[in-house]
Amino acid sequence: MPQYKTSQALSSQSRRQLLQGLVLGGVASALPATLSAQSNTIAQATRGTPPILSGPVVELEVAESKVNFTGESRIATTINGSIPAPTLKFREGDEVTIRVTNKLKVPTSIHWHGIILPYQMDGVPGISFDGIAPGETFTYQFKLEQSGTYWYHSHSGFQEMTGMYGALIIEPREGEIYPVDRDFIVQLSDWTDEDPMRVFNKLKIQSDLYNFNQPTVGDFFSDIANGGLGLALDKRRMWNQMRMNPTDLADLSTATLTYLMNGSPANSNWTAIFKPGERVRLRIVNASSNTLFDVRIPGLTMRVVQSDGQNVKPVEVDEFRFGPGETYDVIVEPTGDAHTIFAQSMDRSGFVRGTLAVRRGLEASIPPLDAVEQLSMMDMMGDMTAMAGMAGMNHDNGASTSDHSGHTVPAPVVDHSSHSGHNMSADPLSLPSKAVRHASTEYGATVDARVDTPRTNLDDPGIGLRDNGRRVLTLNDLRSLEPIVEPTVPTREIELHLTGNMERYSWSIDGLEFGDSTPIYMRKGERVRVILQNDTMMTHPMHLHGMWSDIEREDGELLSRQHTILVHPAQRISFLATPKDAGQWAWHCHLLFHMDAGMFRKVIVS
Amino acid sequence: MNYFYLLSIVLLFANDSFAQDNHVHNPVITPETAPAANATAHEHSITVVAELENTAAMPMDHSAIAMDSDEPPEGTRDPHAYSAGFTQAAGPYTLPPAQRLVLADEHSISSLLGNGVEYTPDSKTGNYELQAWRGTSFNKLVIKTDGAFTENDEYENETELLWGRAFAPFWDSQLGVRVDSRSEGKNRQWFAAGVQGLAPYWFELDATAYLGSAGQTEFVFDSEYEMLITQRLILQPRAEFTVRGKDDPQNLLGSGLANAALSLRLRYEISRQFAPFIGVETEKNFGSTADLLNGNGESVKDTRYFAGVRFWF
Repeated sequence: MPQYKTSQALSSQSRRQLLQGLVLGGVASALPATLSAQSNTIAQATRGTPPILSGPVVELEVAESKVNFTGESRIATTINGSIPAPTLKFREGDEVTIRVTNKLKVPTSIHWHGIILPYQMDGVPGISFDGIAPGETFTYQFKLEQSGTYWYHSHSGFQEMTGMYGALIIEPREGEIYPVDRDFIVQLSDWTDEDPMRVFNKLKIQSDLYNFNQPTVGDFFSDIANGGLGLALDKRRMWNQMRMNPTDLADLSTATLTYLMNGSPANSNWTAIFKPGERVRLRIVNASSNTLFDVRIPGLTMRVVQSDGQNVKPVEVDEFRFGPGETYDVIVEPTGDAHTIFAQSMDRSGFVRGTLAVRRGLEASIPPLDAVEQLSMMDMMGDMTAMAGMAGMNHDNGASTSDHSGHTVPAPVVDHSSHSGHNMSADPLSLPSKAVRHASTEYGATVDARVDTPRTNLDDPGIGLRDNGRRVLTLNDLRSLEPIVEPTVPTREIELHLTGNMERYSWSIDGLEFGDSTPIYMRKGERVRVILQNDTMMTHPMHLHGMWSDIEREDGELLSRQHTILVHPAQRISFLATPKDAGQWAWHCHLLFHMDAGMFRKVIVS
Repeated sequence: MNYFYLLSIVLLFANDSFAQDNHVHNPVITPETAPAANATAHEHSITVVAELENTAAMPMDHSAIAMDSDEPPEGTRDPHAYSAGFTQAAGPYTLPPAQRLVLADEHSISSLLGNGVEYTPDSKTGNYELQAWRGTSFNKLVIKTDGAFTENDEYENETELLWGRAFAPFWDSQLGVRVDSRSEGKNRQWFAAGVQGLAPYWFELDATAYLGSAGQTEFVFDSEYEMLITQRLILQPRAEFTVRGKDDPQNLLGSGLANAALSLRLRYEISRQFAPFIGVETEKNFGSTADLLNGNGESVKDTRYFAGVRFWF
């Protein structure tokens, strides 16, 4: 039986956040009145490890609360007055009733992220239901047919970013398969003292305003000193011609964000207490709105046992990257008195940490932030061996695209190399297609780049994590513990390209923002393959509601079930889905600002 | 000051930018756009690219980076092919239109950029250049106003009201009207048609042709560039040229290449949204404009030193 310790964070609301080195002058004063905490009637939010709620009926209340993460008091939207929201704990097979009362002045909603349920219970205003009007109570009722670590959050406006997120743990009917002595939830998130709507608008006006790591004249001269003028110019030529920035790793940075672990900034040092010799499970949730985190516990190996709530064959790593929406469960066996749980943001502008300790007040050393790695050729162009293949060069490894003239039909990819034993090429749908088919709407003002030769490998940990001397988890390391019992060959393939225009801060799919798009239709019960190709320079966590996304390798092997998939720049990724519940579903990038900018599709299943 | 040298460099860059971006297209990411050596690229990447460069018979379009047409090529996908005919508003389980999910892409936002509000102590002159817009990523109402005033109540102002529409990833077309008003001389009204955007190598360009209500014509080309000395200290060179179709003696404006202004501003971004700066600008008038000015006893060349602020919100 897992045991939930209610360790509370050391609250230090008067101390400034460790990471706030880059407070934007002149910005804080420009906050709208709604955010400046003046009202005395609003209660202070509680922070740190939240209370646990369970039972057949759970009552949640959404309201404004005061918070202070940075030294400035602000208004948050909270569930039952805490950040994170209460941890909901149920058992597989439970019929649950969750009554959500809205005490805000604006509509709200709650989405149960990763839970398979009837679409009316999915909590996306405008798609699953009308939202929860001010003063109203909405009753969610559904049966939990799955187990694992999940989370829940508002799907209205930017409420998720202002505090509405919590963990949702479903214990397996037969009990946990891994015996542990301690079981903690670690929720990572990002907070801004600014009004998120204002942040979004500012990005629309100047998309690089939070990037304080841009190439400078000094970098140019040091490149000349190191490699000569020719090399320095070469290095910049493509970026300059494309009008893109190799340091564009995140839209938001610690110039506005404060990273939180269980509602506690780094200096509050959220602490989980264990006894020497104990085995500890950490259920790590990326509940942030806009931050990809790289997580590690220096000195400890993490045994990954679950990904997105689904058991995987245990894999030992030192580090993993995950995007908003994703969860990983790891088991660690602490060897010392204190270990730092370290989560740095992908752009390396900051971190949050907590501590696994044998008693309160201990801390371990905090590693320095890794150096920033600039985006590379591979991130821009994808698979250069495939391009060499297209150029008619003799490559004996890897599949080569069969055709680059007629893209009107899904060109069958004939793989001559690896499939001994059975003839996979008989059915063109037996393997994910590799022939890139851009949408006609990718040729226009909405799209600033298209990748013609994407990479299809899944063993890349991503920019900033390659060859860092640590074992870093990749998608290719994940294998579902229980076999995925579904038809192996889909009936059809849907190809979608993740697109954007960074200069305009427009994000889209197939070059169409949500407002210009039409729904994706899936037949109930069909087995469909989805190809997501990332034509942008950024990493997108793509979250498909209402059904599982079964990751498929380029050789057709099914790896694991996800609800949210990180798609790297210039990557072409494949998954299979079986929509089992009719209705309307949301499908979007879980970077909140990309979602709101239009990287979003409605899915209709009937 | 070696200003013709500077001018020719700027023109060269501008030319190059336009040439590269002839039809203003998306870059297509293909190997020939990749520099052979990138300090940050992986070893195998470098090798592969080097191989590619040695391959003489690349069956690929070598103009791929920017000359590629914005017209979709043959064989592209229909982005609505997966919709089975359903739309945002019509389909099974679809909520009533009033409840439809509307994201930020369908909302308009507003912005005001004070590109410069400047004071020149020598002449006790104030200059300003403001640009406001309201709209979405791809359609905007744009208002531009710039002008100058002195403590003797002399002033001149040009205000444009434009519809800006994105026609390429980095470019907006702008159509509208311009109204000039000045304390001396004659006020003018114009139709305006131009492009504003970002050329390769990060040159901000604004080129507009004007047709006056009395049949006069004018073309204004403006280019600026930002060099980050640090993350907050930014040097901004700028060049502006004015060409006119015929003389406007009442306003001491002549035809031909009439005016060139080169300037340099050094700003410090206290925040990304607020930056004080100091600057210098050299302006020279040519041809019949110079003659008209000379005839009126005014100088044809002027260098001014100024301080100002840049801001946006």
